[in-house]
Amino acid sequence: MRSIRFGYGISKPRAIDIDSNDLRKSNEILREMPELQTCIGCGSCTASCTAGNLTQFNFRRVHTLVRRGEYMGAYEEMNKCMLCGKCRLVCPRGINTRGLAMLIKRKLGDF
Amino acid sequence: MKRRVVIVGGGAAGMATALGLESRGVEPVIVERDTEMGGKVRNWHKLFPTFTPASEILDPLRRSIAERNIECRTGVAVETVASDGVTLAGGERMAADAVVMATGFTLFDARRKQEYGYGIYDNVVTSADLEQMMNSGRVRLADGSMPRRIAILHCVGSRDEKVCQSHCSKVCCITGVKQAIELKKMFPEADVFNFYMDIRMFGPGYEELYREAQQSYNIHFVRGRISEASPMINGRIQIKAEDTLTGRPLKMSIDMLVLMVGMRANDDNGLLAASASLDVAPNGFMQSRDPFTGAVRSPREGIFYAGAVTAPKSLADTLAEAALAADAVVDYLNRTQR
Repeated sequence: MRSIRFGYGISKPRAIDIDSNDLRKSNEILREMPELQTCIGCGSCTASCTAGNLTQFNFRRVHTLVRRGEYMGAYEEMNKCMLCGKCRLVCPRGINTRGLAMLIKRKLGDF
Repeated sequence: MKRRVVIVGGGAAGMATALGLESRGVEPVIVERDTEMGGKVRNWHKLFPTFTPASEILDPLRRSIAERNIECRTGVAVETVASDGVTLAGGERMAADAVVMATGFTLFDARRKQEYGYGIYDNVVTSADLEQMMNSGRVRLADGSMPRRIAILHCVGSRDEKVCQSHCSKVCCITGVKQAIELKKMFPEADVFNFYMDIRMFGPGYEELYREAQQSYNIHFVRGRISEASPMINGRIQIKAEDTLTGRPLKMSIDMLVLMVGMRANDDNGLLAASASLDVAPNGFMQSRDPFTGAVRSPREGIFYAGAVTAPKSLADTLAEAALAADAVVDYLNRTQR
C-alpha cells in the first residue's frame, strides 16, 4: 500500500539526553585517555584542522559529542581526518588529539 | 594620647586591619553588627585552592584580637559614618580620628532565581549551604541517601542583569571547582557536572586545581547555563541547559543541585554612603578613590575601605587589602598630626 504523504513529519528531539545515552564507550575512551577531560573547548584543534577548513568536519565538536555519549555519525566524521597531527601541535592542554582521533575510530567503528 | 580609629565590620577585613593598626600604636575599635566576630568566613568549611580549613585563618585573627585587648562592640549596627567618627543605631556617637569601612558583602539570595527551585524543591542547595553541611560533617540528600549525580551551577546572581547583578563575583568559579573536588572525595561513585559560562581562574594555583579536577577527579565541565530545574516524579531533579560547545540542548536528571551564589553589595551601602558623601559604584559596592593607588581610600579624607566592601574579593585579597588599609590610615594620621 502506498503510504500517504501528509507533507509534514515528526522531528526527533535534538536534546542530548544524558539519562538515556549509554556512556560506556565514552567512559572507556576517557579511561584510556584521561587527558581528554582537560579540554577547555578553545577550538585550536578545529582552527588548525585542514579537513575542517575544507569540509564541515569539526573535531572539537565531534569529540565533545562523543564525551556526552552521542556516537551516531562520529566514526564517519572521523574518516575526514587525515591524521596530519597539526591539532596536537597547537593543543594548549597538551592533549594527544591525533591519538584521540584514532582512539575514537577504534572504539566507535561499530556505531 | 593614642589616636583612635573606628573599624566598621568585624569580619576578616576588619580584624586584620585592626591588628595592623594596633601594631603601629593606633587604638582600633571594631563595631560588628553581628553578635559574633568573624564575618562570612565563620560559616565556611575549607578555603580554595589549598583546602585550608577556614578556622586556621580565622582563629589566629580572633585570638590576636583578644590577646591585644582590641575593643570590639558586637551586636550593634552603624548608621552613619564620617571622617571623625560613626553614629551607632540608637544614636550613640563614637568619635575617632579616622574610620575604616570593612562591611563586606551580602550573599545573593538564590530564591530570586526561582527557576532553579531553591527553597521549593529538596536537594537544591547553595554553595554556602554546602559549606555548612560539610562543617556539620554530614552531606546527604533530604531522604538521607547519598547523591549519585550532582550538578554545580556557576554564576547564580552574578553576570545576570535580570537580578540586577551585572558584575562577576570572582570567587565562585574556583569555589565551584573546590566544592566539586570535595564532593567527589566524599562520593567517589558520583558524577559531578559543573555548568559554567566562563571559567575564570585568576589566582595562583587556581588553573592547576581546575586541571586537577578535570584530569584526576573526572569532573565534567559543560559550558552552558542551566535554564531551569524541575522536580521529577521519582524525586530527582531534571535540569536543562545548552551544551554550547556542541550547539545542542542538553538535559539530565540529578540528585543534587549546588548553586554558586554570588557576592552582592550590602543594602545599606547607599545610606552609609549618603551619610558621608561617598560614592557607590553602579553595582552597589562602594567606589574607591581610584582602582590603582587608591583602592583602600574613599573619595573623602579620613574614610578608608578594606575588603569586599568595594568589590567581590577572595580572602587572600581581603587580607592583603587590610594590611594596605592599615598603612593608608597610619599615613593619614601622621599627615594630620594634632
